[in-house]
Amino acid sequence: MTSATSDNAPVRIPGMASLKNIAMTAAPFAVMALVWQFGSLFFPPYLFPSLVDVFWRCLDILTDWSAFSDVLATAGRILAGLAGAFIIGCLLGFLIVQSKLGDRFLSPVLIFFQGIPALSWVVFAIIWFHGVEFRILFIMVVTTLPAFTFQVVGALRAMPKDLLEMVMSFRPTRLKFFRVMILPAVLPEILTSWKVNLGNASRVVVVAELVGASGGVGYQLLQQQQLFDMAGALAWTLQLVFFVLLFQWVLTLIETFAFRYRAVSERAL
Amino acid sequence: MNMAVQNKIPEIRFENVSKQFGNPDSPLGVFQAVDDLSLDINQGELVALLGKTGCGKSTMFNMIAGLSEPSKGTVVVSGQNPFKNFDWFRGKIAIVFQNDRLLPWRTAVQNVELGLEMLEVPKAERHEASMHWLNKLGLAGHENDYPHALSGGMRQRVSIARAFATNAELLLCDEPFSALDEITAQKLRTEFARLVRENGKTAVFITHSINEAFDIGDRIIVLKRPARIAHDIELSSNMSGDEKEKIRETIKASLSQ
Repeated sequence: MTSATSDNAPVRIPGMASLKNIAMTAAPFAVMALVWQFGSLFFPPYLFPSLVDVFWRCLDILTDWSAFSDVLATAGRILAGLAGAFIIGCLLGFLIVQSKLGDRFLSPVLIFFQGIPALSWVVFAIIWFHGVEFRILFIMVVTTLPAFTFQVVGALRAMPKDLLEMVMSFRPTRLKFFRVMILPAVLPEILTSWKVNLGNASRVVVVAELVGASGGVGYQLLQQQQLFDMAGALAWTLQLVFFVLLFQWVLTLIETFAFRYRAVSERAL
Repeated sequence: MNMAVQNKIPEIRFENVSKQFGNPDSPLGVFQAVDDLSLDINQGELVALLGKTGCGKSTMFNMIAGLSEPSKGTVVVSGQNPFKNFDWFRGKIAIVFQNDRLLPWRTAVQNVELGLEMLEVPKAERHEASMHWLNKLGLAGHENDYPHALSGGMRQRVSIARAFATNAELLLCDEPFSALDEITAQKLRTEFARLVRENGKTAVFITHSINEAFDIGDRIIVLKRPARIAHDIELSSNMSGDEKEKIRETIKASLSQ
């Protein structure tokens, strides 16, 4: 009986599972590319350019320093904006959690800010400020600040009270309490907030550059629009997507390292 | 009570302590958790605070630990106000909670090191001390396990090791074995009492189990709601079985009222 069972058991090929995983991840993109390429056969290149053309345009951007520096400028603006919003968001978050007055005063202001469209901030920034970089930084910070703040507030309020009391019972200094308890407890939410805000920031930065900058992916997209160059527009868009994917991957690596303590259920959701 | 005990300066003193929760203006009103309680606990005593759920044991515990302030009266621990002079007690009080309260992001040994980190003990030294206590509590080989990989009994042992590692003079335990199976609880109880006596600590052990109070305490304080002393009994090793049984029956009758 035993031998019959083992004879009938499926043969496992090493590496098959990971190959299957890669294939499953690539499948939707392959289908999208196929549909696009098929469409390019029936439409003019300024509507649906061939993906081969798009690929060469991508390569041009990556190999030409003056073009690639525009990608780096946009990436730098996204990261600077997110870092600024995160730092201010943390400070405001602590203030809101620590004081009722802070909560009453700041929360409505942040909710009000959340309702202002990114494009309005772009217009305000152009009117208020001279420097291009400062304008973009301002736009990035104000548009991502409310989300960061509320996520920090949520993370701080969700800290387990019993663990807080346990750590407090050892009478830590403020700094030690932050390092030992607060930081590890809020880190999962903080990383999630970075992932969410990264997507938002990459959309906002393009709008900001489109209207108020003389360089960067947004500016280059404006150029492609004026030239009716769809392959170029796609290639520049893909640069931004690649950057977001790269940064998301870095965040996932940090998550994998930082949350190695978590139990993994054999039965996934 | 003998004269020697009477002359000692108490380690813990409750003087006409009351504790209320809530707001008189709120629809829920005020809840009186502790009512005019006076009590002395001397150095080196292992006291079991026994009472039914909701009789104010944990409120007393939090006041001794400095996590809560009395509404009336004074609580003095080692001559200090534990709430106002909170930081003064760094390294002087260690707590074993009802649930293990291990930090999930730290390994067993890192959890045990926690209190020593607060005391600025050098890394190598605190690691050595933590390993000593983990080994003593039968957790050798599990020092690098994260809490999720440990059983309930093992996790509670880590929390006991964490409390002992700081070498605090006063140990506070809030029903630490109530969530464990009886065999594991019995083993840990015996181990805990032995460690307290061996190391000359003062310990306050909260429980709702009469058997646990008898197993652990040198002295049993029975509380009635709202935390008032119903009985204060000193147990001695030369007490006969009959005497103990009589006390047990008295406590049982008092708790069932």
